Amino acid sequence: MTDPHEPEHNKMQLKGIMGWVEYRLPWVGLLNDSVGTNYPTPRNLNYWWNFGSLAGLALVIEIITGIVLNMHYVPTAEGAFASVERIMRDVNFGWLIRYVHANGASVFFAVIYLHMFRSFYYGSYKNPRELVWWLGLIIFFLMIITAFTGYVLPWGQMSFWAATVITNLASAIPVVGTGIVQWLWGDFSVGNSLLGRFNSLHYALPVAIVGVAIIHMWALHEHRSNNPLGIDVKGPQDTLPFHPYFTAKDLVGVGVFLLVLAGLVFYAPNMLGEPDNYIPANPLQTPNHIVPEWYLLPFYAILRAIPDKLGGVIAMAGSIIILFAVPWLDTSKVRSAKFRPMYRQFFWLFVIDAIVLGVVGANAPEGNWIIIGRLATFYYFFHFLVILPVVGWIESPKPLPDSISTSVLGDKKPVAEPAE
Amino acid sequence: MRTLEKLLAVAVVAGLAASPAYAAGGHEPEKQDWSFNGVLGSFDKPALRRGYQVYTEVCSFCHGVEFIAFRNLTKIGLTEDEAKAVAEAAQIEDGPDENGLMYMRAGRLSDRLPSPFPNENAARASNGGALPPDLSLITKARRFGPDYLFALLTGYEEPPEDVEIAPGMNYNPFFSGEQIAMFSPLFEGAVFYEDGTEATIEQMAEDITQFLMWTAEPKLEDRKRMGLGTMIFLVLLTGMFIAVKRQVWADVH
Repeated sequence: MTDPHEPEHNKMQLKGIMGWVEYRLPWVGLLNDSVGTNYPTPRNLNYWWNFGSLAGLALVIEIITGIVLNMHYVPTAEGAFASVERIMRDVNFGWLIRYVHANGASVFFAVIYLHMFRSFYYGSYKNPRELVWWLGLIIFFLMIITAFTGYVLPWGQMSFWAATVITNLASAIPVVGTGIVQWLWGDFSVGNSLLGRFNSLHYALPVAIVGVAIIHMWALHEHRSNNPLGIDVKGPQDTLPFHPYFTAKDLVGVGVFLLVLAGLVFYAPNMLGEPDNYIPANPLQTPNHIVPEWYLLPFYAILRAIPDKLGGVIAMAGSIIILFAVPWLDTSKVRSAKFRPMYRQFFWLFVIDAIVLGVVGANAPEGNWIIIGRLATFYYFFHFLVILPVVGWIESPKPLPDSISTSVLGDKKPVAEPAE
Repeated sequence: MRTLEKLLAVAVVAGLAASPAYAAGGHEPEKQDWSFNGVLGSFDKPALRRGYQVYTEVCSFCHGVEFIAFRNLTKIGLTEDEAKAVAEAAQIEDGPDENGLMYMRAGRLSDRLPSPFPNENAARASNGGALPPDLSLITKARRFGPDYLFALLTGYEEPPEDVEIAPGMNYNPFFSGEQIAMFSPLFEGAVFYEDGTEATIEQMAEDITQFLMWTAEPKLEDRKRMGLGTMIFLVLLTGMFIAVKRQVWADVH
């Protein structure tokens, strides 16, 4: 059977009903080309490459638990808090589903941050994977909006006041600001209308995330994964089929991921949450400290680092927008930090800076925290705008190995060597 | 490189240490050894019953537990008949009847425990302007949860010389702002325990904390039990995944 019109990937020899379906809808072939034996993958990927599949798993967990929660949730200012408590008390396994959903969001963000730092360390965003990076950033942005709208739904004190603070940011925009805020609220105050639309958005945006994630993988599969050496695949000796090698490796990550999630859900389900959110929303009483969930604290710190409201909003938006320029701000042609002695130092400084910003975001903006917050915010932008381009120009990278296979097999190093 | 990694470790540790710095005033409560702590923690059943007694005879005059229904009381050791009797002793507003009027009737198992005040204004009017919060979720709605509650209830003391107490307020170093409208609610022998336990302030504080931990997290025991099984399963599953991965990769290393 040599039909010239039949595309290369469509050569799954299946019998019976599977063959009948495959001839018409080559789904087994598609899977095989995407995560199967026909998807060549750099043989030297280390465990830092597990976070993509884990992010997908986290998304699925969030969607499934979220659909079930929404069956019982009442999106009104009067009923929301009590409906969440009903889920915790009277719905069969409701407590489990809600704790998985709430802690799943935290673990999802942790996975995404590790996935992004992997990209920073190994230069995965560089030519020709700029659009893979962009699509990932769009997912990240959608995740932030989804997580924030979700944080508001239980309608506790933190929900209400976080919604108030964040929607009020739009009022910093000159002239039209107040109008925009009221448009966001659908009312003259934070209340029922806002809760209803946040519920709607919280349900709708994950669908968009699924869509962008598919395009993210589509773009990835064109030039395939980067690898710890950051050099291109030169031939079949540099790769292994995705299945069974990387399916097996991804499953190890899945096991560890589920252990972490289960540890949180069963033994510390409220550790990452704010106690104030178990107090019903009260528009007349502002909590002492209004804080977002931990995964948004660095951005919250940047927002508060600028003494001017509009300036803070611009800085916070800028801190995410600037990430889109990273493939061009990083002027080095060498991808992996393994061969970039100078960049590697700055990578770790940036990691520290991000953690410092998180700590600053968790603390009330007083005393030294203000100064630390401003310095860390300055360094955040300095890293991208100055360090990335300049280091690329002045650094002399170490010599790159000839190929993945000689590097990996030549000196009998283990394939899956741990990252630095 | 190595120094940077050390720096990073220091930053992480310092970060974790600095995070609780935003506790809003008030002394940090001492950690207590609760029966519900730990991997296999469970409620102390007699303490739950005693705590319920403290709630009914002391707290319930000002505080509600709006998320608890009479049927839930079987979970703390009351028989269904006992729970029914407790419910029937309560007067619940129902209606409207065929004439459109609200009426009072004896409680049923499906009713929630009635709150002491019909609304916030009534509660404030009876409490010198202060609002006694509903206690259903109190152990989850405060930092340090049960440890905080226990410290608060046993922590009333004479104010230091330099602290001026506002009228109608009481000094308690564990309360945010250190001045609390609630006077010390527990005193020696405030309740009489039928099981012979001596009703010291500490004992009652311990019992009510057990009870309010249960009202806040009634599925705690289910959660911990299921957690242990799940963790054991996941450890085995992950071990199997690791073994499979090694097997699969054995020929390419």
